[in-house]
Amino acid sequence: MALILNEEQKMLKDSAAEFLALNAPVEQFRALRDNSYTPYDHDLWKEIIEMGWTALTIPEAYNGLDFGYVGLGQVLEEMGKNLTKAPLFSSIVLGGTALVHSTNEELKKRWIPSLMNGNKRVAFAQDETSYYAPETIHCRAKKTKEGYVLDGQKKMIIDGKDADAYLVVAKTDQEETALFLIDANSKGIAISTEVLLDAGTYASIDLQNVTIDHGDRVSAPGKGDKLIQRINTTAAIALSAEMMGMIHAAYGQTIAYLQERQQFGKRIGSYQALQHRAAKLFCEIELCKSIVIKALKGLDEEVKNVDELASLAKAKLGLTLKEVSNEAMQMHGGIGVTDDVNIGFYFKRARVAQRLFGDYNYHLDRYAQLNGY
Amino acid sequence: METTMKTDLEDFRLETRKWLEENCPPSMRMPIKESTDYFWGGRNATFHSEDQKIWFERMLEKKWIVPYWDTKYGGGGLSREENNILTQEMTRLGCRKPIFSFGISMLGPALHKFANEDQKMRFLPEITTGKTWWCQGYSEPNAGSDLAGLQTKAEDKGDHYLVNGSKVWTSYANKADWIFCLVRTDFEAPKHNGISFLLIDMASVGVSTRPIKLISGKSPFCETFFDNVKVPKENLIGTLNEGWSIAKYLLTHERQMIGGVGETDVRKELHEIAQKCLPMKNNQLVDGILRNEIAVQEMNDAIFNVTIQRIMDEAKTGVNAGALSSFFKYYGTEQNVSRMELMTAITGSDGLIWEGENETAGNQARLFCRSKGNTIEGGTSEIQLGIIAKRILNLPS
Repeated sequence: MALILNEEQKMLKDSAAEFLALNAPVEQFRALRDNSYTPYDHDLWKEIIEMGWTALTIPEAYNGLDFGYVGLGQVLEEMGKNLTKAPLFSSIVLGGTALVHSTNEELKKRWIPSLMNGNKRVAFAQDETSYYAPETIHCRAKKTKEGYVLDGQKKMIIDGKDADAYLVVAKTDQEETALFLIDANSKGIAISTEVLLDAGTYASIDLQNVTIDHGDRVSAPGKGDKLIQRINTTAAIALSAEMMGMIHAAYGQTIAYLQERQQFGKRIGSYQALQHRAAKLFCEIELCKSIVIKALKGLDEEVKNVDELASLAKAKLGLTLKEVSNEAMQMHGGIGVTDDVNIGFYFKRARVAQRLFGDYNYHLDRYAQLNGY
Repeated sequence: METTMKTDLEDFRLETRKWLEENCPPSMRMPIKESTDYFWGGRNATFHSEDQKIWFERMLEKKWIVPYWDTKYGGGGLSREENNILTQEMTRLGCRKPIFSFGISMLGPALHKFANEDQKMRFLPEITTGKTWWCQGYSEPNAGSDLAGLQTKAEDKGDHYLVNGSKVWTSYANKADWIFCLVRTDFEAPKHNGISFLLIDMASVGVSTRPIKLISGKSPFCETFFDNVKVPKENLIGTLNEGWSIAKYLLTHERQMIGGVGETDVRKELHEIAQKCLPMKNNQLVDGILRNEIAVQEMNDAIFNVTIQRIMDEAKTGVNAGALSSFFKYYGTEQNVSRMELMTAITGSDGLIWEGENETAGNQARLFCRSKGNTIEGGTSEIQLGIIAKRILNLPS
């Protein structure tokens, strides 16, 4: 697999860049934040749907474009550059992956078209503590005659406020990890929200005796682990693509600042201490570019070691985004720590993106585990 | 049209594969282990085995010593695609290079770009037949990172240049036949504008060499001294006082070669050795701190290899990767140095053995010592970071 974009993917990337620069630049992010942390702009979301971004990874059988993750990755990267807020990641990367790879045809027919055309949104409810630990699930799904009864707590649910349904990871009576779809209006759900460092709204849900039908089980018996693994792997790679965009933006703005800011009568970019730090980051960013496209291609081509690629990508991007966002602040000096300039937004979002779907430590550890040490 | 071309290339691949299978002796398909496994050619060429001789002579007859150079210089005249196929098939079979030559990898490209036709006809066929062993004379005792500050002088004496000075880090100068040298020909001009590129016969009167011993215990490096050496004027390559542009062009090649140390498939090596040497519990290394360091190293090794692939794929579409040679050199050598450091930690006292009864005793400790030179030779890591800052990031001077 050649690690380059084809013409159609390049065109999609260019058009996404152009559209977002015009319609959803960082100023929009600031405006939404300043307007009581509005999660996203509904008109923008409509336009995103009209452009077909929600259909990119949906198979043709469900009237999707079947364009692939390399394509969606380009869109996410451009959104990362602009810190664009839209439920594309939550509803399509997480929800879309869950449903597309489910074998519950009835559920798929009901939900996939609604996700694509934006009539409905789903949110993925996996984490139960302050940490990412998909291997430790306590939420229970007890089988009954009619279906299941769910009990447990979920938190850190991306775009969980006002979602139409939740995809809940829970343990069955057989101790299998499985995925269930719960209507947000079901009896027994208590929803609360918190705004995190990145000005994003994240939901927690408390499930008490929530009953669902048999037909709302997303993962088939015996297939839960594989489906949930797939969602997590896809999420780690897609999030890495978004983080790539954030790295490009924060680094680009910092290099531009080094080129113009004057101190001691010289442009600060002429000082070797800063030049070498900037050049080292350049090298790390070259590595990031490679692993992101490799992992996106890995998803499209369904390569065997895609889980390993996901861990490599999320670990490397997590580490590099942390370094780039820290250096961006330091190199901007005093102005970098004010709310007047945008560079701090990347720093804040970096920390939340780092936490979501596994941080650097988690994925480095997993990379070693997958290699048998 | 395209289908015909593809069929032709497929035929070429099959013929090449068949020819290599029939003509490359089995011992020439074994990985290189020691210095006698290399054949360097030259006036006093020494083959270290009968198979080495057979392999070289067969490749020479086929004109595949330098398969992609023009046939008028003794090259094989292969197209880029054909040459790629030949390289792939040789790699597939594990064939060694028939000769190791700085003439092919470094001087040749410079001669192609900067020499006149007479010079090309004089020097290139000697490279494609392996008759000349070339070495490189760049660094001087007082011109290392500041290469353009070199002081070896070549004075115009009418029909010849008179060369005086010394060079350092000249690999195999004690065995090579000729040296390509940077010399100062103008002492008044700014330092970059007074340098010329000169070819000197090592058999000339006044040339002498002294080997340099490295901390690894040995090395191919030498010091080379020029004491009133007369060099014919036709040995000047390119324009007088414009040798710096040739030097820069050549350094790009050298950096890619040295940076390439990360290209070999070594990324699993560390943890596999660690699994054998160190205690494990539940399939994990008990030493959690070392485990972390190995994982970081292997993560970056793996992604650096992907990066080489990505940039090669981009280059195929016409993206100029030349500016990235400093990145390859910097990152590849830093990774190599840290990998050797980790290997030493993983192997404990076994990795510290300097001499012993075992045939391979001392190899690792010496490789470890040798690796320390990687981030210095061919332009230090600091020089590379400076080049990235100025040429790629456009940071001000």
